[in-house]
Amino acid sequence: MTNDPNAMLDQWAEQPDYKWGFVTDIEADTVAPGLDESVIRFISAKKDEPEWLLEWRLDAYRKWLTMEAPEWPHFPDRPWGPIDYQAISYFSAPKSDEDRPKSLDEVDPKLLETYEKLGIPLEERAALAGVAVDAVFDSVSVATTFRDKLKEHGVIFCSFSEAVQEHPELIKKYLGSVVPATDNYFAALNSAVFTDGSFVYIPKGVRCPMELSTYFRINALNTGQFERTLIVADDAAYVSYLEGCTAPMRDENQLHAAVVELVAMEDAEIKYSTIQNWYPGDENGKGGIFNFVTKRGICEGDRSHISWTQVETGSAITWKYPSCILKGDDSIGEFYSVALTNMRQQADTGTKMIHLGKNTRSNIVSKGISAGHGHNTYRGLVNIRRNATDARNYTQCDSMLMGEECGAHTFPVIEVANDTGHIEHEASTTKIGEDQIFYCNQRGISPEDAVSMIVNGFCREVLAELPMEFAVEARKLLEVSLEDSVG
Amino acid sequence: MLEIKNLHASIDDTPILRGIDLTIDNGQVHSLMGPNGSGKSTLAKVLAGDEAYEVTEGSILLDGVDLLELDPHERSAAGLFMAFQYPVEIPGVTMKYFLRTAINSVRKYREQPELDAYEFLSLVKERAAMVELDTDLLDRPVNGGFSGGEKKRAEIFQMAMLEPTACILDETDSGLDIDALRIVADGVNKMRGDNRSFLVITHYQRLLSYIVPDVVHVLVDGRIVRTGGKDLALELEEHGYAPIESEHAVDA
Ligand SMILES: Nc1ncnc2c1ncn2[C@@H]1O[C@H](COP(=O)(O)OP(=O)(O)OP(=O)(O)O)[C@@H](O)[C@H]1O
Ligand SMILES: [Mg+2]
Repeated sequence: MTNDPNAMLDQWAEQPDYKWGFVTDIEADTVAPGLDESVIRFISAKKDEPEWLLEWRLDAYRKWLTMEAPEWPHFPDRPWGPIDYQAISYFSAPKSDEDRPKSLDEVDPKLLETYEKLGIPLEERAALAGVAVDAVFDSVSVATTFRDKLKEHGVIFCSFSEAVQEHPELIKKYLGSVVPATDNYFAALNSAVFTDGSFVYIPKGVRCPMELSTYFRINALNTGQFERTLIVADDAAYVSYLEGCTAPMRDENQLHAAVVELVAMEDAEIKYSTIQNWYPGDENGKGGIFNFVTKRGICEGDRSHISWTQVETGSAITWKYPSCILKGDDSIGEFYSVALTNMRQQADTGTKMIHLGKNTRSNIVSKGISAGHGHNTYRGLVNIRRNATDARNYTQCDSMLMGEECGAHTFPVIEVANDTGHIEHEASTTKIGEDQIFYCNQRGISPEDAVSMIVNGFCREVLAELPMEFAVEARKLLEVSLEDSVG
Repeated sequence: MLEIKNLHASIDDTPILRGIDLTIDNGQVHSLMGPNGSGKSTLAKVLAGDEAYEVTEGSILLDGVDLLELDPHERSAAGLFMAFQYPVEIPGVTMKYFLRTAINSVRKYREQPELDAYEFLSLVKERAAMVELDTDLLDRPVNGGFSGGEKKRAEIFQMAMLEPTACILDETDSGLDIDALRIVADGVNKMRGDNRSFLVITHYQRLLSYIVPDVVHVLVDGRIVRTGGKDLALELEEHGYAPIESEHAVDA
């Protein structure tokens, strides 16, 4: 290895197993590893936060101290030790924090170069696709575009820190309203130390004029990322939000514990799409991101609608259950998921649909693909409460296995306290075998094309839920993630 | 023209094909018969390039091209088609999507322009009519829940779509009802032509009364032990393989 950053970039980018793994050399302003109240005060002060928010953080921290870290589930191939939370550094920001760029021209060209390598040229994407981009680089936003156009419609789309300064009343009202600070171990940790994220508010009756998108990067060595996203769609508002990310190659395990909260008022609709491609570790299970995310939305108003779509191909371990609380009558919750595990990856993902209101509907489509030594678990809960008359759920849960060493597991839980409910569950497991690949080959289709055709066919219903250019990216990602896993 | 010379192949170090010589001229239909386990499907799969088998000796040329140098998908593009004895199901991929991917892969390899959606669908319509295939099947996953007979008919339909120069049919007649048998045979007969050779693997003379072969071979224990005209099939129908097998028992 050389110390020349450009040569390093190229070297990383050429790594065959992780094509998009590279590191940008931006000087980070990082606190020493470790966590105590002074670190939280440091973060809060650095962000010039109001007193109530500091107290909120400290409260979460104190509760976190009393909570137990979850036990590792049974991971046959990969015995992880407990995470050392004192070895993590809880704050890192690009040096130019004080005077952040106001437009793309002011953005560090090296950062733009990084996006270019990712195949996401920021300016092009923004211009061509009409996408507003709030790029979270490390923990602080460094580029925000299309703000003016959004402002015209009254849409607020900004970094979380900015929202704390400019819209404190909204933050105070909604922060922690869907995922309470003490909801679970990682949510509590996030609440204590979150550094930044995104905030979206769509006012009454407004259809957000463009897809909102955020790219996350984890970059500084050993820095846990604690993103906080809050999206509020007021009565009859509509928004589609995209979140996607890749991470540079690292040997150290990196912890990521984000919290996403969605609030949909009467007749509002929120579509939240994710492509997750963080560094998964190497073939032997060395390195990779630990991705423990709490995502939850509440359909607060009648006829509101929340839809989660996710394509998860990265991370060493993923625990993630984007959920919907269907409180309003006639509200709808949806979950569409593709989770791919290869090498030694473990994904434990699914959803919870909590039916509280009458005539509420939920729809779950989960596609798990396991290759290499990967293990994929679907864990779902459909809960129909006593007052939820005529609630309906449809669950489809399909697994695909490639090779002999991988595994698929499903744990669907159904709890029904109202007997007018209607629940349907379908599950299947298929194997991509050499005989299927050979059959395709015999008809002229190359092994690579055969795998990607079969995998895309398998995931079709989920990919169809993604916005067009995101779907293209997702397909590319699935192909890259499965290269060399068959034949 | 398909030329197979002294072909030996084994699976897990067990020799299955033990020296096959077989040349099928363009325009000809050869039939391959033989008892269960004699190696007929093995020969078909070795020709198609199934990597489960190891070719230990010999050569395979298709119109002068050395197939052993090519990967399975390249052999297909070079003009080789095999209708599987047991076609596999591919969930989630519709027959139409599969075929369009196949045709355009092959066309790309042959340096022909890809077919657009319109051209593809007109070709589908024409060729489906040729083998009287219900086009509703094409919106279902590849072989997904197809009946035995539907699978076989779909194989012939794919053959008609891909326009290969060497066609190997592995027991395409088994599982077909009388009408389907006639339809499949008609399809094959329509495709017979000066630039195409056929190897028809079957157990039954019945198929050969529809697709009249130029030459009939009998495979026993991985070797062709008899070659004759179409009457050979009639003879086998009457007497079975026993007389031939006993003739060659010394080799076993
Ligand atoms: N994977 C394998 N391992 C060991 N032996 C095998 C394997 N596959 C095939 N064989 C053997 O090879 C021989 C030839 O099989 P093949 O399928 O080619 O016969 P066939 O002539 O097509 O028979 P049928 O008329 O029943 O279709 C058989 O004895 C079979 O058991
Ligand atoms: Mg056979």
